Amino acid sequence: MAAINILETTGLTKVYGGISANMNVDFQLASGKITALIGPNGAGKSTFVGMVSGRIEATMGRVMFDGKDVSHLPAHKRIQLGIAYTFQITSVFSGLSVHENVALAARRTFDGKASAFEKKVHAALVRVGLDDRAIQIAGDLSYGHQRLLEIAMGLAQDPKLFILDEPTQGLAESEIANFIKLIMSLAGETTILLIEHNMKVVMEAADFITVLDQGQILATGTPAQISNNSAVQAAYLGKSDA
Amino acid sequence: MTLFSKPNLLHIGVLLGLIVLYFMLPPYHSGNLSRIMVLAIYAMGYNVLFGYTGLLSLGHAMFFAAGMYGFGLAVNLGGVPLPIAFLLGIASAGLLAVVVGSLALRTTGVAFMIVTLMFAQTAYLVVLYFGEYTRGDEGFVVQQAQRTFAGVDLTTDTARYVTALVLFAICFLALARLVKTPFGKTLVAIRENEERARMLGYDTKVHKLKAIIISGLVAGVAGAAYAMLFGYVGATFATVQYSILPLLWVLLGGAGTTVGPLIGVFFMFYLIDFSSSVTTAYLLVVGIVLVLLTMFAPKGICGELRRRVFPWLP
Repeated sequence: MAAINILETTGLTKVYGGISANMNVDFQLASGKITALIGPNGAGKSTFVGMVSGRIEATMGRVMFDGKDVSHLPAHKRIQLGIAYTFQITSVFSGLSVHENVALAARRTFDGKASAFEKKVHAALVRVGLDDRAIQIAGDLSYGHQRLLEIAMGLAQDPKLFILDEPTQGLAESEIANFIKLIMSLAGETTILLIEHNMKVVMEAADFITVLDQGQILATGTPAQISNNSAVQAAYLGKSDA
Repeated sequence: MTLFSKPNLLHIGVLLGLIVLYFMLPPYHSGNLSRIMVLAIYAMGYNVLFGYTGLLSLGHAMFFAAGMYGFGLAVNLGGVPLPIAFLLGIASAGLLAVVVGSLALRTTGVAFMIVTLMFAQTAYLVVLYFGEYTRGDEGFVVQQAQRTFAGVDLTTDTARYVTALVLFAICFLALARLVKTPFGKTLVAIRENEERARMLGYDTKVHKLKAIIISGLVAGVAGAAYAMLFGYVGATFATVQYSILPLLWVLLGGAGTTVGPLIGVFFMFYLIDFSSSVTTAYLLVVGIVLVLLTMFAPKGICGELRRRVFPWLP
């Protein structure tokens, strides 16, 4: 049976030479939902998901994923348990073809026939609309397409938890609309943790929002609750009356 | 991938070409080609680590030398039968690769280059230190009587060529196959973007260690084969020069291509052979050609061919 919360952190803390990027973060992520993590620049969002995925070693605290304590597992082991991660700064295999990029993502977990494998890679590419560019070299794609490729690589891993670090950064308006559709279509299939600056994306797509400010959780709630929260408005949305 | 795919045909064609060349070439050149094939095995081993995994080692001479001394000492001091000595040579290189790999892989980039260079330097000094057995710089000769296998005298031109070709073919086909497997493709992924590979759930450390071990084993095959076929074991083969050579061969021929190492060794061998017959300043000629190639074909001969003409080149 799936847990209600696929991810829980307790007291998660990261200290960089005396400055705490994250301080005692207790966070719960609901299964099968889209949760957005927002906050001003430097609030510690990327550090937080870095500690969740294992890229960044936590100074203190515990990470529970899918009912298991993964605090001491290296990044690749956590990924193997079902976390997919897309980087804030686009990180694809730029010297390899689009197809091979997705194939690399899918291959680790795939156990079946070659034809089924090709189908799976193709399906991930279709989903982000890159199927007609499969043989192109990833580095030759436009920036927006590279971001979509990253998402396809995430999808191809069939993750239980899909962490997207600023996926719409650098996308055109029309691409953003498609992106919102895409991630909303994933709801139920997987759990999405979305770091996002674009409020339109957050408000439209997210079921829940967690606001980080100065390394600590400021507020958690539905989009409606968050947009009416005065502390959030003061710290982040900048709509203070003063 | 079908049996008659272009890459497969190319690989078979290369091997057939090497067979045909033996009957066409005068003894001087077929002798050269035996040596080229053995050195190409060494280059192919290097290519696994540098060309596919993206790890630049400056100390591969230690694996070549481990194969060479493992074989040579076993035959000379131990009187071990030839095939077993050959396996001992390969095993020595493999063992060394496990040890050096586990330690050197704690570093990356320039530090990795320096650490491998230092390990190789240590290996060279060890050879000199145990001069009583290794005969140090002077080296030792593996006697003709000891270089027979199943009644065949390996010192004849034909036996030498055939043995070199068989060993080359085994390594060539095995490595061409290896780089097509998921494991080989993951090595390429590590070369292209290690952090991304790790964040796709691949254990990059284990993959890199395996790459070093395979690379070391193949270099060991070359070292043992060199001693077996040419009958000489010496500390020169453990010097830094023999660590730089495979890097040059692979760069020239095309890093991360299956035929690049052979082409690189061939090209370099005949470049030196030809230019030294024309002038005593042959190193100058070689240097200029290398500079030109790096400027105009930075991906090496096969790399450029793949980029410009044959995108399917394996």
